[in-house]
Parts: sequence; structure tokens; C-alpha cells
Amino acid sequence: MSPLKIKKGSSSHSAYDLRDPNVERLERHTLAVLVDNEAGVLARVIGLFSGRGYNIESLTVAEVDHAGHRSRITVVTTGTPAVIEQIKAQLARVVPVHEVHDLTVEGPSVERELALLKVCGTGEKRVEALRLADIFRANAVDSTLESFVFEITGTPEKIDAFADLMRPLGLQEIARTGVAALARGC
Amino acid sequence: MTRQMSGAKMVVQALRDQGVDTVFGYPGGAVLPIYDEIFLQNDIRHILVRHEQGAVHAAEGYARSTGKVGVVLVTSGPGATNAVTGLTDALMDSIPLVVLTGQVPTFMIGTDGFQEADTVGITRPCTKHNWLVKDTDALSEVIHQAFHIATAGRPGPVLIDIPKDVQFAAGAYTPPKQARLGHYQPRVKGDIEQITRLVEMIETAERPVFYTGGGVINSGPAASQLLREIVDATGFPITSTLMGLGAYPASGKSWLGMLGMHGLYEANLAMHGCDLMINIGARFDDRITGRIADFSPGSKKAHIDIDPSSINKVIHVDVPIIGDVAHVLEDVLKIWKARGRKVNRDGLEAWWAQIGQWRAKNCLAYKPSDKTIKPQYALERLEALTRGMDRYITTEVGQHQMWAAQFLGFEDPNRWMTSGGLGTMGYGLPASIGVQIAHPEALVINVAGEASWLMNMQEMGTAVQFRAPVKQFILNNERLGMVRQWQELLHGERYSHSWSESLPDFVKLAEAFGCKGICVKDPADLDDAILEMLAYDGPVIFDCLVEKHENCFPMIPSGKPHNEMLLGEAETQGAIDAKGSVLV
Ligand SMILES: Cc1ncc(C[n+]2csc(CCOP(=O)(O)OP(=O)(O)O)c2C)c(N)n1
Ligand SMILES: [Mg+2]
Repeated sequence: MSPLKIKKGSSSHSAYDLRDPNVERLERHTLAVLVDNEAGVLARVIGLFSGRGYNIESLTVAEVDHAGHRSRITVVTTGTPAVIEQIKAQLARVVPVHEVHDLTVEGPSVERELALLKVCGTGEKRVEALRLADIFRANAVDSTLESFVFEITGTPEKIDAFADLMRPLGLQEIARTGVAALARGC
Repeated sequence: MTRQMSGAKMVVQALRDQGVDTVFGYPGGAVLPIYDEIFLQNDIRHILVRHEQGAVHAAEGYARSTGKVGVVLVTSGPGATNAVTGLTDALMDSIPLVVLTGQVPTFMIGTDGFQEADTVGITRPCTKHNWLVKDTDALSEVIHQAFHIATAGRPGPVLIDIPKDVQFAAGAYTPPKQARLGHYQPRVKGDIEQITRLVEMIETAERPVFYTGGGVINSGPAASQLLREIVDATGFPITSTLMGLGAYPASGKSWLGMLGMHGLYEANLAMHGCDLMINIGARFDDRITGRIADFSPGSKKAHIDIDPSSINKVIHVDVPIIGDVAHVLEDVLKIWKARGRKVNRDGLEAWWAQIGQWRAKNCLAYKPSDKTIKPQYALERLEALTRGMDRYITTEVGQHQMWAAQFLGFEDPNRWMTSGGLGTMGYGLPASIGVQIAHPEALVINVAGEASWLMNMQEMGTAVQFRAPVKQFILNNERLGMVRQWQELLHGERYSHSWSESLPDFVKLAEAFGCKGICVKDPADLDDAILEMLAYDGPVIFDCLVEKHENCFPMIPSGKPHNEMLLGEAETQGAIDAKGSVLV
């Protein structure tokens, strides 16, 4: 693996950026979409975003209720307020979609993302990587004499910051899960 | 309780239990077990088309003219891919269809088997929902769900992909009553608070207009009835999109005619100048709005739609009402009456006077000719000679379609079948067959352009085989007329590939298909020729040779607002700039 050239802030750009980036007032919203866990449901949701030119900044999906056959998709998207409203309305009319929640406007919520970072190096750099990991509460989940794999959980911004610090210390690879989010309180 | 049967038998049983009497289809290897079951029964009639696209358009014509679900049965691979245009057409125009496709056996899926295609993948974006059924026990329930989803809320096409081994295997049949329909239950009642706000606006508006669309037709006959009541009781002017024609009668006194790109001057200017726009089951399509920034700048807008995603999609509205048109109109009327049936009489009087001035422009006027048949004249004569008949009209796509919308009058809903959202050339002929199959005694006319008509002309074989006496009224300008018009107005008269040489002799073609052909080119012979067509008991191909370079006016060029409408040839010089030619 060749070292990644991750620019600061680059992770806030969509991997599926289909819209003119210069449009007015882009907002970032985190949507929770509760769907029937059936074949093709993720393709329906992703197809909706690509087909209608909406952005996906991050997307996570997993079954959350085995007995009830329910999965939760968390999508972070950007758009003008009107586009965000359209995205929610379009999601809601997909047949296997049960609920769409806009966690960004429905009150306070918590967002977490998990990342694994491989950092290679020896000597002083290796010690510094370990020290910074400690400050960021990242765990070393694997180690060889020349490398660590750190696990870090936090907001996307925290992970960005940690990755930026690891870069000069030998960051080789990074794997991120995308955002999982829940509303606060009952 | 549950009966065991093969998947193929289940398909036929489920269709029967859903009240299906007609299936449009085309057989092939992956649906042979179902065709076997069709062979063994007499309740469901199968109409063998000549191309799967034709099956879907025929089912659309059937559905749109009856209010029932259209049903299609085709094979895997090419059968399914041929159906894609029809599915997209039905999705855009909200036509309820259930399309059944065969698939290679489950154990072969993913192996690039013969006639395998990823049908659910290909059709996901062009259906309201679709299923791949891998288990015979689930099949009948899915079919019942399919009928529910096709019709509930905003209607649309759904597709069920059925692998061949699932058709052969035995499973338990679930009757419709026991089927779980799932959580998909769109709301039909509108919010009373919003409805009351609309009523308050109705009471005071000085320059109101009803802007209605296909949603009124889809909502059913009660919606059209209620619409007529509210329009006549308030005395407000009403216009409609292409898809909504017939919901309010063309002979009604408040009728302004169709609006939009080729809509009437008075309709578009009423939209531009109104102070209250009441959108009922229309969707602010770009053919209607023209330039968004200048769309009806001075009005408050209410929007009644069953699909929440239609509201505020392109035009911000002040009063959003999510619900079924009939349910909402019932409540609007109830509340309006209870509050004393108020309208702003003075305002309305002045508004109608203004509309009268616009009407006086006589925007549909054209230069008559006694040498060549003007397409407008042909339609005027068709209208005059079929008035009062039990008449259904379908169209192809192009100038002829717009002229048909302008010059034919529709008195009732479900009488006008045209490809609005997708603009699919080749729609009209198969759609006319679907309509005729549903209404064997009625007069069914497809107003066609020669180029569109050729796209699915093989379906004449279907018409002849099933004795569907459809009349193919071809306005033959030997041009891709609408393309030619755009090239004339927007592309410096460079007529790149917009005419067809080597057109067939339509009379001989009719003979070859075993039906009647009529050709007319002298205006003096037109009436007799139309009467001959109407009198003939069987399918007719009517080749009406019309003026080749006639343009369709009025026209709002793409990207222009309503009040920059072109009324005739004299106004077209320099009216359309390069920016406009970028738009479709
Ligand atoms: C399948 C398809 N291909 C291309 C077009 C683009 N198109 C719109 S109208 C038109 C010309 C139609 O010609 P004709 O059917 O003769 O009708 P006319 O305009 O001459 O009345 C074309 C090519 C279309 N709408 N549909
Ligand atoms: Mg033509």
C-alpha cells in the first residue's frame, strides 16, 4: 500500500459529489432512515441519491431489529434547505422506508464515527504516535515492531484532526465507518 | 385454509382474485409455465402484442381509460428490457400497472444465463416498487401487495420478477384478504387547518385560477365531479395540464383551455397574473412553469397533492395540502359552504373581463388553406364529426399531440390518453389498442404523427388479430415536425435529420396488415374521408397528408416566462436566444 495523501478537510467532501458545489447555502444534515431489512433496500436508497443528484457524505447501514426485520441507514448529506426537504420527502415515499428522521433539526443528537488508522514508523515518530493516540483516546488494536493500527471513535471532525496529526508520523491507511447517530433523550 | 398450487397457477389465481380480466403480454422461455396456466382457463383474456413495449403502453391505455390496474406479462431478459420504456412512461404519468416478468431459475441467477438480465436492478428507478420472488410460498402475497402499491397513494407501475423454478414449485396460496399489505398506506385526508386557510383565500381572492392536472383523473370520477362543483359554484377560471384534460369539461363556462408550453394565451396569462393559484393534482412541471424565477410572481399558491415529494419540489407554495384530490375537495367544499359560500364578486368580475381581453386574441387562429390540409383544420373537422360520440383519444408525441390537446374538446375524464411526462413516441398506437380492448364498443382514435406511429406500427397486427377497430389518424407532415419546429426557431433553420424519406405507403401498409387504409390530401375531401373512417367496422390507418412546415403556436420557448409567449410566425424572429436552446 502506498501512503495516502489525505488533505486536511478533504473528508468533508462527498465521494459521490454530483451537484454544482457553488450553489447557495449548503447545509449538512444527518438523516436516520428506518427501513425493512430486505434485498435491494440499500440500492433503492443509494439509487435515489445518485438518480436525483443528491450528495452522500457518509452512509452507514446495519440491521438493528432482527425480529422486526428492520435496518437503520444513517446518511449524512448536504444541500440547500429546499433540497434537504426534497431528499426527506423522496426517501419517505420509498416503499420499504418506514421512518425518516432529520437528526440535525429534530433536537440535539449525538454522532459518532469509528476509524482504523495504520501508522508505520520507528524510533521517535513511533513514540510520538503512541503519545498522541493516548491524548485522543485512540486504542492500539494491533501492533508490529514497525506499525500500529489505532482504533478511534468520535465525531468526524475529531477523526479528521487525529488523521492530520498522524500523517507526518507515518499514516499509511485509514478505514472509516461513516457516521452513526441517535437523538438525545427519550 | 391455504391451498397448495404451483407458482404459475398462483399467478393466474391471484390475478383472478384481483379482478383482472385482461393481460397484455408476450411469451418466452422463462414464463412458459404461466402461459400454460393461461391456456387452461377462460377468465382472463390475454392480448398478444407484437413487442413488449407495446404491451406496457396498451396496459397504460387500458388503465388510464378504466381507472383499473393494467397488467403485463413478459419473459426474462429481452422481454423485460423491452418493457423499460413503458415502465418509465407509466412512472412519469402515475399510471397503475402490475408487470410480471419471467426470470431464469433461482439457481442460475448471477451466472449470465441465457436471457438473464438483472430485471429488478434495471427497473428499480423506473418502477414505484419491484420484487424478485425467490420462494413460491411468498408469491401470491407479493402479487396482492403489488396491486395495493400500484394503486395506493400516487399510482405507478410495479414489477414482479418470477424465476422459472418458482413458477414450477408448489407453495401455499394466500388469498387477497389474508395478505399482509405492509405499512404502505399514504394519507388521503388533507389537513383541515390548511384546507381552512385555502378556503379563506378563496373567499377574498381577486384573481384566482384553478390549475389542475392528472392527479384529478387518477383520484377517480368523484374528484372530477367535485372539481366541477367547486369551479361552477365559485365561478373561478380553470385551466389544466395536458394530463388533466377532461376532468373539467371543455364546454364548461369557466374553462380556459390547456396551459403550458403550447397552452392557450388566456390560460398562461391567467397563471401569470393571478393572485391565488390553486394547484389540484398537478406538479409544476417545467413545461408548465417556464422560467421558475418569473413564474406567477404575484400569487399565493395552494397545492393539493397525494405525494408529499411533489410539494415544494420546484415551486414554493404557501398552502401545502397533502391528500387525495377527492377527499380534499370534499372538505374544501364543505368548509366553504359552511362559511357562507363567499367569493370576491367585484374582483372576479374584473378578472373575467381581463381574461375576456386575452381570449379575444384568439390564440389558436391559423392561416387556413384550400390547397393543403392544415393539421389544425384536420383536427377541427375530426372534432366536429365525432362530437357527442362515445369517443376516446390517444396520441403519439409531437406537434400533432399538442394540436390534438388544443383543438379537441374533452367532456369527461379518462377519455384522453397521452404520454405527458416522458413524451414517448410510439405510445399512441398500442395505447389505443389497450383502450379499445377495455371499451369494445367505443370509438377509439389515435391522433398520430407519421414518425411516432412508425415506432410501434407492428402493433397493427395486434389490432387486427383481436378485432380492435382502432382508428389511426395520422397527421402526416413527412417531418419530425416538433423537432423541425425547434430547429427552425432555435437552430437557425438547420434541419438536421428531422424529415423521413422512404415513408411507407400507408394504404398499402394497411392492406398488408389486413385492415383499411385511407389517404387524403385535398381539404375538400377531408370530411368524406373522416366519415368513411368512422363508418368502417375495423381498424383503419388514416393517412392525412398535411402542411409540412406548419408550426405549433402558441409557444413559450424553454426558459421563458408565461408572458413572453410567441403567438405566431411574425413574433418568432429573434425571440429565442442561445440560452434557451440549451434547455430541452
Ligand atoms: C422515443 C422518442 N424519441 C425521440 C423523441 C423526440 N421527439 C419529440 S417529437 C419528435 C418528432 C415526432 O414526429 P411525428 O411523430 O411525425 O410528429 P409531428 O411532430 O410531426 O406531429 C421527436 C423525434 C421522442 N419524443 N420520443
Ligand atoms: Mg410528422
